[in-house]
Amino acid sequence: MQSRLNPASLVICEYCDAVYSRTPLKRREKAHCLQCGSELYRNARVDIDVMLALTLASAIMFVIANCYPIVELNMSGLSNRATLWDTLLFTLDSNVGVIAVFAAASAFFFPLIQILLFAYVLIPLRAGRKPRAFIGAMHALREMQPWSMVEVFMLGAVVSVIKLTAVAAVAAQIGLWGFATLTLLLTVLSSFDLQDLWDQSEALDA
Amino acid sequence: MNNSSRARDLKLISCHACGLVLDNQEELRHSRCTRCDEHVYTRKPNSLSRSWAYLIAATILYIPANLLPIMLTTKMYNTLSSTIVSGVIDLWQDGAWDLAIIVFTASVVVPILKLGLMTFLLISTQRKSTWRQRERTKLYRIIEHIGHWSMLDVFVVALLITLVHFNKLALVQAGPGIVAFAAVVVLTMLSSMSFDPRLIWDTDEPKSSTPPDNGQTNG
Ligand SMILES: [Zn+2]
Ligand SMILES: [Zn+2]
Repeated sequence: MQSRLNPASLVICEYCDAVYSRTPLKRREKAHCLQCGSELYRNARVDIDVMLALTLASAIMFVIANCYPIVELNMSGLSNRATLWDTLLFTLDSNVGVIAVFAAASAFFFPLIQILLFAYVLIPLRAGRKPRAFIGAMHALREMQPWSMVEVFMLGAVVSVIKLTAVAAVAAQIGLWGFATLTLLLTVLSSFDLQDLWDQSEALDA
Repeated sequence: MNNSSRARDLKLISCHACGLVLDNQEELRHSRCTRCDEHVYTRKPNSLSRSWAYLIAATILYIPANLLPIMLTTKMYNTLSSTIVSGVIDLWQDGAWDLAIIVFTASVVVPILKLGLMTFLLISTQRKSTWRQRERTKLYRIIEHIGHWSMLDVFVVALLITLVHFNKLALVQAGPGIVAFAAVVVLTMLSSMSFDPRLIWDTDEPKSSTPPDNGQTNG
């Protein structure tokens, strides 16, 4: 293993610094670090068609999830319904406005930017070329990943609905199903390893 | 003891952004990735002190996050304030035990686990402990991936104050505890992001500035 040290053929475990030489994997195979057990890499080729399809589906779902109310609440003849933006704006005007800023970033802006950046990167890659701001877009995608929390907002909406059923008539609206689907799509989309996309796009440099 | 070759000893660096393996024969402490132009380091700079700083700030804020009310519920001129923990107890007493378990896990178990485990990881790494390194690395990977679920209560409060505002009939208002709680979650996330798990395995560093307290060294 240490006979030739060609950096391109090596992989380093990001959790424990162990060095391995890359070996080709079969479909759906994963390589794990012998020392610490972390995943090193997967079957290298990312399917760009699949990723792009997921991105476009996410974009549609994002629009649906945000245009329709998530929950409607009825109490003694009065009713309130809320979309994500109703929630953000109402919270912004409340005594805890700073929460709205965080929620807007993690449940709206970061997921939206992620979807747009994926489209920006994947559409040219599919056509065999790199977009102009490839490097910047890829860094932004990686850095936004941990702060994008559609799935947590989704669970929060479900918890709110169940909590309110105890005291009033609540009905889940189209927006909630939109968010549920969006959560699913984004989970699959972000399970792809961005580092594979780097490797794959490198061939396009020449 | 560990028989795998390490990048540090072979003078290699992997880019944390794109995974490219770079040659670092000049042993630069810091350079740029040739593929993605990201700053690359042999180890995250000041990892332990930054991680400690965020963790201590999070631990301090954890106190007001739990003592201050996160929600004030008014119903027929009767105002009830609830904290994170009392919210869970109320759910349980209302018979919504499934919901109580979800909220309890996200809002109580995960933050405490994160604060406790990060403290444990930081202390054991600082002491260059060789005890169960594989399991400790795994712990770190778990912490890295569960932290953001604690934001659950923040979204619930935002939705409830928006939905339940029927003036005198029923009104839900947010309490300052939720701001402190959101800050705790963000700070613990920053703490675990600043931690460099490779330090868990850097137990045999020859040139350490502070000599460890065990005077015995293996010849
Ligand atoms: Zn490893
Ligand atoms: Zn790089």
